[in-house]
Amino acid sequence: MFELPPVTEAWEFLQKNSVAIGPQLHLLLWALGMLIIDFVIPAGRKAVSALLALGGIVMAGLQLYLLRSSSPISAFYDTVVLDSFATFFSALFLIAAAVTVFISYRYLEIENEQHTEYYALLLFATSGMMFMAAALDLITIFISLELMSISTYVLVGFLRRRRRSNEASLKYFLLGAFSTAIILYGMSLLYGVSGTTNLIVIGEQAKLLQGNTLLILAVFTIMAGLCFKVAAAPFHMWAPDAYEGAPTAVTGFMSVAVKAAAFALFLRIFFVAFHEVRGIYVPLLVAVSILTMTWGNVAAVTQQNVKRMLAYSSISHAGYVLMGLVAGTELGVIASAIYLLAYTFMNLGIWAVVILLRRQDISGEQVEDFDGLYSRHPSLAIVMLIFLLSLAGIPPLGGFIAKYFVFSAIIEVAMDPSQPYASLMVWLAVIGVINAVVSLYYYFRIVYAMFIQEEYQPAPLSFSAGLLTAIAITGIVTLLIGIYPQPFINLARAATSPLL
Amino acid sequence: MVETTHYLILSTIVFTIGVVGVLTRRNVIVVLMCIELMLNSVNLNLVAFSDRFQNVVGQVFTVFVITVAAAEAAVGLGIVIALFRNKETVNVDEIDLMKW
Repeated sequence: MFELPPVTEAWEFLQKNSVAIGPQLHLLLWALGMLIIDFVIPAGRKAVSALLALGGIVMAGLQLYLLRSSSPISAFYDTVVLDSFATFFSALFLIAAAVTVFISYRYLEIENEQHTEYYALLLFATSGMMFMAAALDLITIFISLELMSISTYVLVGFLRRRRRSNEASLKYFLLGAFSTAIILYGMSLLYGVSGTTNLIVIGEQAKLLQGNTLLILAVFTIMAGLCFKVAAAPFHMWAPDAYEGAPTAVTGFMSVAVKAAAFALFLRIFFVAFHEVRGIYVPLLVAVSILTMTWGNVAAVTQQNVKRMLAYSSISHAGYVLMGLVAGTELGVIASAIYLLAYTFMNLGIWAVVILLRRQDISGEQVEDFDGLYSRHPSLAIVMLIFLLSLAGIPPLGGFIAKYFVFSAIIEVAMDPSQPYASLMVWLAVIGVINAVVSLYYYFRIVYAMFIQEEYQPAPLSFSAGLLTAIAITGIVTLLIGIYPQPFINLARAATSPLL
Repeated sequence: MVETTHYLILSTIVFTIGVVGVLTRRNVIVVLMCIELMLNSVNLNLVAFSDRFQNVVGQVFTVFVITVAAAEAAVGLGIVIALFRNKETVNVDEIDLMKW
């Protein structure tokens, strides 16, 4: 089955196959190159590496752009595939990485931790995510998942002189490694029942293995592990701590890109390999979705620290993305993809504003730090308002379109009596709507602080070109998805077609 | 004759010891060792299945798992040392700066 070609053909084989992983490969090589170039960058000028990182991201993006319209290319004995799903998510990760570089530069400057390694790790994590979106084999999935996770553990602990950062990193590492081991156990059982590690073959085998105990166990363990990675309740405990302690720019990256990557994997595994055994996991996934959005929202209401509040809000958003997965229809996958797209931009925007408030000895992490922002910087307050309303799902913003799609996907399934668990779906939709209302409360606490409260922190904000660019890009796209969603819907539709 | 089932039972026992250890032990280093136990139970599974199917994929997977586990342990110990420099403890109960 795995006969290696003779040496003379090996080079040809490599050339032919590496086309499909071109963007990831170049990003990896670029990051390695950055680590070497680091030796000749003088100590005070490490900020140059931010530009280098941006160069690498643009190069990978260009390569991805050139490969975009080709039909799916599967390579290396079907272990990776470059299809529209992989392209869509890779583009999303590259954009998130670029925005993260924009918002990191200033933050690291203030924290006095400007190092090339930071940007290199960011690129490593990004290429791991791109491999995750493209992976079609259990081994590839595992390696890419670890490439992303291990890089992120280090990024979370990057402020190594800060105890909070150390602690966040340790908690994230322990639970991350634990969840990886659980996913791996599921994978080994999956290999045990099917005799292969290829997702497509596993999908075909799953049809014949309905009701096999080991298969059910494998589905559940993999699901539990992935719920850890996307921070879905009851496996979300690490998220608030890791998000609060991590450098704020990394928190933004984690809450957006890492989550989207885990969801890309979730969608790929559950649609390609486990679609035939939907019956066994749907009720459990409904419960996880309900628990995730409720727990996230209720816990967010009580928070004083904005980073922690946004961490819980990001947990509740994971519950909404899961709704698309639960629906399991074409509309459901499209809804999940659109939700992740809109969420990436609005959430990164919020983190950019939080970083903007970080100045001198003010952390910018408390709700009070937003007091009187409107009277001092009206335009900034209005952009922040746009992001918050979008997160809450108010029309005509990106978040509304995302929620609209998720709910219509669920209701479509709930109205169809031939679908199993239709009544469960009704409950899921009802609880989802209630939660959307609850979330308004804590988003409006920040709005209240910005517009109604008197000024509390008179220290001037330190604007930087990178941060303003990040806020402008994310703000415009958030508005655009809401006002003119058609091109984004088409993108998501094209992206999800390989799964169905 | 040792059947695949025997290996499966052994790996399940090792995996359970690992999970229980992660959830109950308080020393970070012991928790790390328990995670290694879980990974090694996976390796047992993969090799046993590989032998049963007479195909090499499972063994290739095992090599990758061992390699990545080493990388993960290196990063994990690095994080523990960074924390130990700031607060001299390896007890997870004392790592409690952030709570909800």
